[in-house]
Amino acid sequence: MVDVTDKIMKYRDVAYYSGCALEGSANGYDVSTRAVAKSLGLRIKDVTDWNCCGAMEVKNIDPGLQTYLSSRVLSNAVNIDHANVVMAPCNGCYHNLKKAEYDLTNDPKSKETVDRLSAKAGHEAYQAGQAETIHALDWIKAAIGEEGLRKRTKGRLAGLKVANYYGCMYVRPRHIFPEKDKGPGSESTSRPHFMDDLLAAAGAENVEFPLKTACCGGAHTLSDSDTSTKLVLNILQAAEASGADVIATECPTCHSGLEMHQVRAEKRFGKKTRITMLYFTQLLGLALGIGPRRLGIHTNISDSTDLIIDKRLT
Amino acid sequence: MGEGSAQAVKDQMIAHLAQIEVRIEEMESCLAQEAPSQIAADLLSLSEEVLQVWILARGQTPTSDAREGFRLLALHRQGARGDPSFNACRETCRELAYHYNLIHGEPEHPHTLGRLRLMIMVAKHLCLFVSGKMRVASLGQFCCASKPLRENMSFE
Repeated sequence: MVDVTDKIMKYRDVAYYSGCALEGSANGYDVSTRAVAKSLGLRIKDVTDWNCCGAMEVKNIDPGLQTYLSSRVLSNAVNIDHANVVMAPCNGCYHNLKKAEYDLTNDPKSKETVDRLSAKAGHEAYQAGQAETIHALDWIKAAIGEEGLRKRTKGRLAGLKVANYYGCMYVRPRHIFPEKDKGPGSESTSRPHFMDDLLAAAGAENVEFPLKTACCGGAHTLSDSDTSTKLVLNILQAAEASGADVIATECPTCHSGLEMHQVRAEKRFGKKTRITMLYFTQLLGLALGIGPRRLGIHTNISDSTDLIIDKRLT
Repeated sequence: MGEGSAQAVKDQMIAHLAQIEVRIEEMESCLAQEAPSQIAADLLSLSEEVLQVWILARGQTPTSDAREGFRLLALHRQGARGDPSFNACRETCRELAYHYNLIHGEPEHPHTLGRLRLMIMVAKHLCLFVSGKMRVASLGQFCCASKPLRENMSFE
């Protein structure tokens, strides 16, 4: 039987794989993740000399190379940083690291490719099972939990209605997330709830939002913008219809997609929506009493100033 | 079938989906007039029609089977067979079934009107997704199926 304290301790000190988006367009997600970690007394250490996870660009033309790139991140975390848990806030990074883990466990050809390219690059090859990849949601849920958050946040998000949008790469395809759908306490791929749980613990009211994992057309945001805009507009309108004040996000691609297509929907189709978007770490940060600027809220495209003032979140 | 006529058939199907989308949006005006259970049943039926278009476009006959009591879920399963990217709309279909159950089970519930409004939007989302996928076959491929978009491209 796993000691509960050991389990909590395991997640209190993790390797942090921010990925490229959090260094650029999603800087507010990075800043708020670090601020929340500090406030909660959680230690995160950036993976030494990390590289691209393979994201879309490499994966789309050479999936084997993508598996290698993700495995190198895991190898550095294990062999240089001596970490056994790697936390990735970006759904794309998280998804790709999980996929690499799955491929290395189940596909001998992927393992052969990773071993060969790692030897060529002069570093130790990552072996399946050496590290556990988790999302930022798993991390706070495991290391602090709802009760811990409840005590620290004192219900500061009370009166705030939130629609939680998880997007697709956090839950699909199901087979690369073997730890999910394991019953009570585990995350669900069909109706994810970890973000709902954490924000509810901070006092927020989660609305019934039926499009929490619905397609936003993200991968085709530039090649077929109208499809993406229509899908995003429907997500935004559904969030408003569900009575939400804000959409909480946990993925930089989803977040910027919602923000940009909100603007485009008005320009292209004359459809204006007023709902704003905040990363869940920004909402948790506000609940912990951290100022909006320290959470990078001013760097979001979506302007949440009125919401923060109206709801007295600062 | 030649490339030109295949495109013409595809265009026809996209136009059909656009008509279904309008019919879904028009359900909003029925909210005050029709019984909630009837509106929910109509939305379910329109959603089935959306999936039938997708299956017909793949040259198959839409199933008349049901799964977990819903033909919609059986149609989704059929539509995703051999194309895991179509799982991008799996939860959308399940949400439709869930909302149908909520509304059908408790039509007098104080939240019924709100649930119907959301069900309209979920049905619209399904229609938008399938319509998008008819235009760009790889929608959902990279993310929901975790497969490359240029899988068959040769660099040799």
